[in-house]
Amino acid sequence: MSHDHEHDHDHSHDHGHDHGQDVPSDTALRVKALESLLIEKGLVDPAALDAIVDTYENKIGPRNGARIVARAWTDPDYKARLMGDATAAIAEMGYTGAQGEHMVVVENTPEVHNLVVCTLCSCYPWPVLGLPPVWYKSSAYRSRAVIEPRRVLSEFGVAVADDVAVRVWDSTAEIRYLVLPERPAGTDGMDAEALATLVTRDAMVGVAKVAGPAAKEGA
Amino acid sequence: MQRERVAALPGLPIDADGPIFAEPWQAQAFALTLKLCEAGHFTWAEWVQALSAVLREAPSDDGSSYYTHWLAALERLCISKSLTESHALDARAHAWAEAYRTTPHGHPVELKQVSS
Repeated sequence: MSHDHEHDHDHSHDHGHDHGQDVPSDTALRVKALESLLIEKGLVDPAALDAIVDTYENKIGPRNGARIVARAWTDPDYKARLMGDATAAIAEMGYTGAQGEHMVVVENTPEVHNLVVCTLCSCYPWPVLGLPPVWYKSSAYRSRAVIEPRRVLSEFGVAVADDVAVRVWDSTAEIRYLVLPERPAGTDGMDAEALATLVTRDAMVGVAKVAGPAAKEGA
Repeated sequence: MQRERVAALPGLPIDADGPIFAEPWQAQAFALTLKLCEAGHFTWAEWVQALSAVLREAPSDDGSSYYTHWLAALERLCISKSLTESHALDARAHAWAEAYRTTPHGHPVELKQVSS
């Protein structure tokens, strides 16, 4: 492949070094260093690493959690199993893996609103929600969700009435929480598949409510 | 609560908040941690403890430096578990930088010789 440099326009390549390639950031080089050393020692399998990257980038996301919520809304027996042993009920749907070993589902009701945080770092139920969003990992969310949950919720646009209790669940290395949001009004005729499209990641962390189909269309 | 949208980079996975991994190295560091734990080189509780310790020392941020802290914690844990050594990591990072500088465009970057 020819790689002619055109000199009739400005370009931003750094030609201060040899005719080599752009050197990645120091951080990226540190990851490569660690990875290559561990692979050489036989401590990790490069193919397995690639598989994980692919899985988390492309295959897992909040859709798994949304399907669980929609099934709980439409199948009372499933909901009973989910509330009794969430880990088993979620595994029943085929969603297992790292950081989903000990799941607890907490249900939002007209009397209680649940909010999930990890104050220590960012423990999060990956098999059902994918990887955590940036704000979940922020120090502001990690500290304020516990100290002033109602204010944090209002900043997310969630109005919680004074007579509704707010419960904050602090995830740990051992236990991960998933919020079962309230089923919105105006969805009586919808099946689980259609309902799942309404359920957002934020609603399953507890920083949003699930909007009904009309509200979604009007948004 | 800041919920600014992170500009999407081409080819990177995004969700409503922006890229799940902002750069490929973040996904690599993530995968390494998961596999080392699965292989029993450390427990997940040990990992959470290591990451929490680094985050405690770090100044408050908006979450965008998260994987930088993640990598620092992983390096520290790997060294404390004798999976690698600090000077070997430094030497290898330099070797990779040199390999990038001296590999012609269009060729895969490979280490010329392993020197550890």
